Amino acid sequence: MPSNVDTPTDQALAHPPVHVNHLLINGGLAVENAWCVSYDVDVLPEQRPAFVPLALWQVNKQDEELAPLLLSDTELTAELAADLAPLPAVSIDFPSFTDGRGYSLARLLRERFGYAGEVRAVGDVLVDQLDYMRRCGFNAMALRDDQDPADALRLLNSFSVRYQTDVEERQALFERRLTNRG
Amino acid sequence: MYRYDIHDQTLVDERVAQFRDQMDRYLAGRLGEEEFRPLRLQNGLYIQRHAPMLRIAIPYGMLASYQLRALADITRRYDRGYGHFTTRQNLQLNWPAQEDVPDILAELATVQMHAIQTSGNCIRNTTSDQFAGIAKDEVEDPRPWCELIRQWSTLHPEFAYLPRKFKIAVTGAAADRAAIQVHDIGLRLWRNDEGELRVKVLAGGGLGRTPMIAEVVREDLPWQHLLTYLEACVRVYNQFGRRDNKFKARIKILVKALGIEEYRRRVDEEWAHLKDGPQTLNQAAVEAAKRHFPEPERRPVAESAVTDFERLRTENRSFARFVTNNVTDHKVPGYKAVTLSLKRREHAPGDVTADQMDAVADLADRYSFSELRVTHEQNLVLSDVPVDEIEALWNELDALGMANPTVGTLNDIICCPGGDYCSLANAVSIPIAQSLQERFEDLDFLYDLGPLDLNISGCMNACGHHHVGHIGILGVDKKGEEFYQISIGGNATDDVSLGKILGPSFFRQDVPDVVEKVLQVYVAERHEDEHFLDTYRRIGLKPFKERVYAK
Repeated sequence: MPSNVDTPTDQALAHPPVHVNHLLINGGLAVENAWCVSYDVDVLPEQRPAFVPLALWQVNKQDEELAPLLLSDTELTAELAADLAPLPAVSIDFPSFTDGRGYSLARLLRERFGYAGEVRAVGDVLVDQLDYMRRCGFNAMALRDDQDPADALRLLNSFSVRYQTDVEERQALFERRLTNRG
Repeated sequence: MYRYDIHDQTLVDERVAQFRDQMDRYLAGRLGEEEFRPLRLQNGLYIQRHAPMLRIAIPYGMLASYQLRALADITRRYDRGYGHFTTRQNLQLNWPAQEDVPDILAELATVQMHAIQTSGNCIRNTTSDQFAGIAKDEVEDPRPWCELIRQWSTLHPEFAYLPRKFKIAVTGAAADRAAIQVHDIGLRLWRNDEGELRVKVLAGGGLGRTPMIAEVVREDLPWQHLLTYLEACVRVYNQFGRRDNKFKARIKILVKALGIEEYRRRVDEEWAHLKDGPQTLNQAAVEAAKRHFPEPERRPVAESAVTDFERLRTENRSFARFVTNNVTDHKVPGYKAVTLSLKRREHAPGDVTADQMDAVADLADRYSFSELRVTHEQNLVLSDVPVDEIEALWNELDALGMANPTVGTLNDIICCPGGDYCSLANAVSIPIAQSLQERFEDLDFLYDLGPLDLNISGCMNACGHHHVGHIGILGVDKKGEEFYQISIGGNATDDVSLGKILGPSFFRQDVPDVVEKVLQVYVAERHEDEHFLDTYRRIGLKPFKERVYAK
C-alpha cells in the first residue's frame, strides 16, 4: 500500500513526477512554480511539494507538502468535496486535451461545493483550452511544456461575450439582455 | 428569423479572430496536426479526400435571402461555384483552400452566419421541422426554443470535449418531421390538458454503426427547465460516456449500457442541483426569443384565388403533379409552403449552384418574405407563398430546374456526399442515386408508388440516414471493392423503425435491378392505396428476400 517514501525508487521511476516550465495563476504567469505532479498511485515522490493521486493523498493528509490530484474519472461526491474543502489547492488531470471530464469536475467543485482554493489544470493543458478552463473554474493552468506562455496569456480571454452562466458569470445572457446589463 | 444583436455579432467576430490565430499558428508549424484537429473541426473545417470541406451552420434550417446571396458569392470566389445542403440542414463547401477559411468565416460573420460546432465532439447545430411556424398541426413554434438552445450550446465551456458528437432535434408539431427519435437528444413540445407547454425529452437515439431508437427520459418537463435539464443530460454524458472506443462513445451506448432508468436517475440527481438555477427560463426571455419570429405581414388572399388555384389543379396535369408533391398546406388559409427540389439527375442530391442560389434568393424576396428553410431531406422550402402566386413561382422554378414534382417520392433521394468527396466513405453514393433516378424517372410510375423514402449512405456513419429509409442503401467495402447492402422497412417519423437488411450485398451495377425487384413485390402485394411501408410491415421481409435472391 501507499505512503512509504523508502520503497525502492525503481517503482517510482516508472512514473517520474512532472514539473512544467510555465504555470498560469489568476490570469498571469506564476512566479512561484514549485509543485510537481506525481501520477504514481502507490509511491510518494521524493520531489516536493507534489500533487499525488487522491487515494494516496487521503492516507497522507497530514503532509502539507502534498495535495490531491483528481483524475478525470473521479466521481465527486459530497463526502469527497468536504474532504477537499479546507485545502489550499487541488489539481485536476487532463490525460489528453480531448478528455473533457475535467471541465465538469471543476465546475462541480466550484459551483456545487463552493470550493474556494486553487483549482489547477494539469496534464495535457494547451493554450487553446484555457478560455474554457477559466470559465469552468480553473484559476491555475500548468501548461504542457511545448506551449508558448505568451500565447497562453493572449488566449486566456479570447471572448468578451458568453451566452451561458459559468463559474464567473452567474447571469445568463438572456437575463442580462432583459435587464440591459449588457 | 433571428437577427443578431451586438452580443451575437461580437461573439462570432471574436470566434473568427480566434480561429485566424489558430490557423496562423498551424500554418507556421506552431500548432500540431493533432492539436489543431478539434479546433478546426469545431469551426466546420474537415480535411477531405480531395480538398478541405467547410460545413456552414444553418441554425434549425432558417436562411434569409441576403445570406443565401452571400453564400453564392462565397462559393464563386472561394470554391467552385456550388454548395451542398446536408441532412442536418447545413451547407457544405467542397473545395475551399484551407488557408482561406478564416477569411470565409469573416465574410460569413458579416451576414450573421458561422461554422461554429458544425463538427467535432461537441453539441452540433440544432435541427427542426422545416414547416416550423406554419404547419397546420403545430402546437408550438419550435424556432424560438431552438434559438435558445443554440445560444446555450454555443461555446459552452463545459461541453467542447464530449466523448463524441451530440445532436439535438426539436419538433413542436403533431407529426414529427425532425426525426427526433434518432437524435442524441430529441425534444417534443406539447401542451397538457391545462394548456401549459411541456417538453418531452428523449435520449439515446442515433444512426451510425449501431442504430438505436431514443428512449423517453422525461415525459413532461415544464418549459422553464429546458436548459437546466439539457445541461444535466449532457453533463451525465460528459462524465460517464465511453472515451476508450470512439465507436462506442455516443450517448446511445451509455443509455443502453446504463438502462434508461439509471440514466434518468443520474440526470435527475444532477438536475436537482441545477433546477431553478440561473439558467432557468422565464416568460420574458422566451417572449424576447419569440419576437424574432413574428408572423410575416401576409396580405389577405381572396376566396376566389383559392378557387382559381383549385381549378388550375384540375385543368393542368403538370401543375397538379407539382402541387400534390411539392406544395404543403399552411396554417393560414390562402397560403402554402412550396418545396424546391434539389434532386435532379445532373447534380448530386442537395447540390445547388451559385447561380441557382442567387435565383432562389430572388424568388424568396418576391414570393416568400425573403426567407427560406433547408430540409433534412436536402431540399429548400419557401414557406409563405400566396396561392395566387404559386403558378408563377412554379413556372420560374421550372426554368431553374427546381420544379421536379417528385418531393416525397422514390426520386427524392437522401444521399450523403459519399466516396466522391468524403474521406470516411467506403463507397460512392452519388452515382447510385443518379442511376436510380435514371431508372425510375417515369412520373406516373413514381406517383403510383406513393410516398417512398430511399436513403443512401456511403459508409456506416449513416450521414445519408439509410437505416430510416423505407429503402436504405449502404455502401460497404469488401477487400477494396465497393458493395451495397440494401435494407427495407426503415422510417424516421413518429412510428419510427430501423430497416432490416435483405441479405448479402450487391455489386454497384446491380443496385437498380434489386430496387426494381423490391418495388415489384410491393406493387404485386399491396392492398389498394397501401403505402410501401405498410405493405412491408404487413407481409414482412421474406417475400422481398425471395424475389431479390431468386435464382
